[in-house]
Amino acid sequence: MFIVKYRKIFFIISIITIALSFYAIATKGFNAGIDFKGGSIIEVSYDKRPDIETLTTALNTAGFEGARIQMAGENDVMIKTRALSEVDRQNLTSTLAFKDLKMEEKKFSSIGPTVGAELRVKAWYAIILVILGIVIFIAYAFRHVSEPISSWKYGMITTATLLHDIIVPAGVFVWLGKEVDTLFIVALLSIMGVSVHDTIVVFDRIRENLRLRISSDFATTVGMSLRQTFTRSINTSLTVMLVLATLFFFGPASTKDFSLILWIGIGIGTYSSVFIASPLLVVLEKWQSKR
Amino acid sequence: MAIMWKTRIGALLLLIIGAGIGYFIYASEPKLHEGKTVLGQTFAEKFPFKLGLDLSGGVQLVYQADVSSIKPGEVKNAMDALRDVIERRINTFGVSEPIVQIEEKGGITGPVEERLLVELPGITDVKMAVDMIGQTPKLEFMKERSKEELDAYNKAVEKFNADKEAGKPLVISAELLAGPYVATDLNGRFLERAVLEFDQTTREPIVSIVFNKQGSDMFAELTKENVNKTIAIYLDRELGNPDPISAPVVREAILGGKAQITGKFTAQEAKTLVGRLNSGALPVDKLDLLSTQTISAPLGAQALMAGVWAGVWGLVIVAAFLVLWYRLPGLVSVVALAIYVVIMLALFKFMGVTLTAAGIAGFILSMGMAVDANILIFERTKEELRKGHGVHDAIREGFARAWTSIRDSNISSIITAVILFWFGTSLIKGFALVFGLGVIVSMFTAISVSRTLLFALPFSGHGAVVRTLFGSGFFKLK
Repeated sequence: MFIVKYRKIFFIISIITIALSFYAIATKGFNAGIDFKGGSIIEVSYDKRPDIETLTTALNTAGFEGARIQMAGENDVMIKTRALSEVDRQNLTSTLAFKDLKMEEKKFSSIGPTVGAELRVKAWYAIILVILGIVIFIAYAFRHVSEPISSWKYGMITTATLLHDIIVPAGVFVWLGKEVDTLFIVALLSIMGVSVHDTIVVFDRIRENLRLRISSDFATTVGMSLRQTFTRSINTSLTVMLVLATLFFFGPASTKDFSLILWIGIGIGTYSSVFIASPLLVVLEKWQSKR
Repeated sequence: MAIMWKTRIGALLLLIIGAGIGYFIYASEPKLHEGKTVLGQTFAEKFPFKLGLDLSGGVQLVYQADVSSIKPGEVKNAMDALRDVIERRINTFGVSEPIVQIEEKGGITGPVEERLLVELPGITDVKMAVDMIGQTPKLEFMKERSKEELDAYNKAVEKFNADKEAGKPLVISAELLAGPYVATDLNGRFLERAVLEFDQTTREPIVSIVFNKQGSDMFAELTKENVNKTIAIYLDRELGNPDPISAPVVREAILGGKAQITGKFTAQEAKTLVGRLNSGALPVDKLDLLSTQTISAPLGAQALMAGVWAGVWGLVIVAAFLVLWYRLPGLVSVVALAIYVVIMLALFKFMGVTLTAAGIAGFILSMGMAVDANILIFERTKEELRKGHGVHDAIREGFARAWTSIRDSNISSIITAVILFWFGTSLIKGFALVFGLGVIVSMFTAISVSRTLLFALPFSGHGAVVRTLFGSGFFKLK
């Protein structure tokens, strides 16, 4: 199978994309949403939208310095500022209600900084727990497979591809300047779920083929297993990516970024389960036999 | 042949049940097709979809309860009582289906914090909501200061009055600011109930209060220590009522935990006070508003419609792909997918799953994943057909061999869903629940529904028709 044969090319591609993702994360940093760092966001709709300068001046005089103003849709304005109390919020809405203009408050959220910090910690716990849970499960599920490489190595490789699959979309997201919020974490965790799904299907076939002893050469066995599961991997990802595309184009505004990152992540996840995970098994086996 | 017919009857039953559930869902949402607004008349209408705030519009408030003065063992009771109090306040307001939940935060990630989550669908006026919840009558019992302090206070008052008469600049001294009374531990938290009564002779309104067990003991102690002294009863002292509503002199120790407030109030004022005290004494020290979210109803409706349409289009596109690529088995899996969708929708209704935009996204994602098991099975079946097996054998083998990967991959998805659920704020819990349910239900539909339907098909052997119908994509089975 060409994938096993030319594995170095795919490894290099992945190493470069991961390096670029890290570079993007290191230079641009995560643009944390208000649910992670605390703050307020208000969305209002006008019959005739005032320009940015009018808004900035009004906000500054009312004591909302440093508020970020963003135009949305045709007549909507989104403003981000520090966490506001109820009194502050009333002050803010009255500041935004200009004379002669009809203004409607569509959405408001304010999240205290402690809630944000707590969520951040919890997000890390969740990611680590999912990885641990999956490694342990795979080591268990493949426990009868010990030749030529032991079951926990399947788990380790799955973890490596999992990390690959969340680092790259995270990098793309940072590079696009998108906001990192709770849904972003949910998306990363879902990507892990789906990515491991793909990897397991390929590994399961390898497990079966090893039992059937279809070839004495490990690399050939992996290659044949890949060929047998290839159509399935592509078709499943295709259906999932199709539904995610409908969610992106037709779905609610609040889940647009969510479906975008899932779309990227599932694409990457399929790529890594086929082009990275299984070739890595071959590499491990080769190292072992050399020693 | 008998087995064949059994399978066909089973397949027919599955289709009928699927259609039945589908009809039930249709009938239970008369809002959508008849424009009815009053629900709950027929059996089906008793199970409407529960919509989260982001789809129905409304206010979400998260409060932090200050429980620092409550003993650790009693925090849970205090929080339960707090929830009841807030619920009562909201109910007097007539909000339909409010949610008041206790959330215990921290433990692993920091000190335990007690939170109260309040969701008010349909209300978008945050100020009104905050006022409604925050109207806390705070009843305090205070005792006289010590002799020396009281003398200092009285002197300060005299000086103040003298200055005022003389027209000198007024200075508020520390003694004056402190007031003649000092706080005690007794407050409205220890109230069991308040009753409105009228004085037998003067017909003046009296507010009788009954303390709970702990409050009774504290009150007995307080009155015993302060015989012939004044006990001042304050209401909302920190909210602009600096004078006590009543300051009776204690004649003797009062046992039995009953007290009366006679003040200068009208019957109406006394009645309101009783009402507020009964619905109101907050069992915790303080409630702080941590976060607020509002979503206007039109915005919510817009998000809901967008979610529904995304789901419909997702289903149509996946169905088209399956039929075009996998032909006859593809058609079967579309039927299985339709049954999957109606089962999930029915579960949402019966389990009362609150649907949010994230939940709908999870559901749409799960439709894609549900197809995975079918694709695995079809690919395996095709392999077996290529080996020259007859249709039925190929399908049987295909299912058997695909099973281990379906099982293992779905278990890992369930692990993810469980951790997501644990991680959850309400937004994520909705997503995780839908995602986890989806994985389990899709395993069922892929294995039992697709299987039964495929076996019920009137094809056998390995002829040209079979090869065409069971082939896929651009390839022809040899």
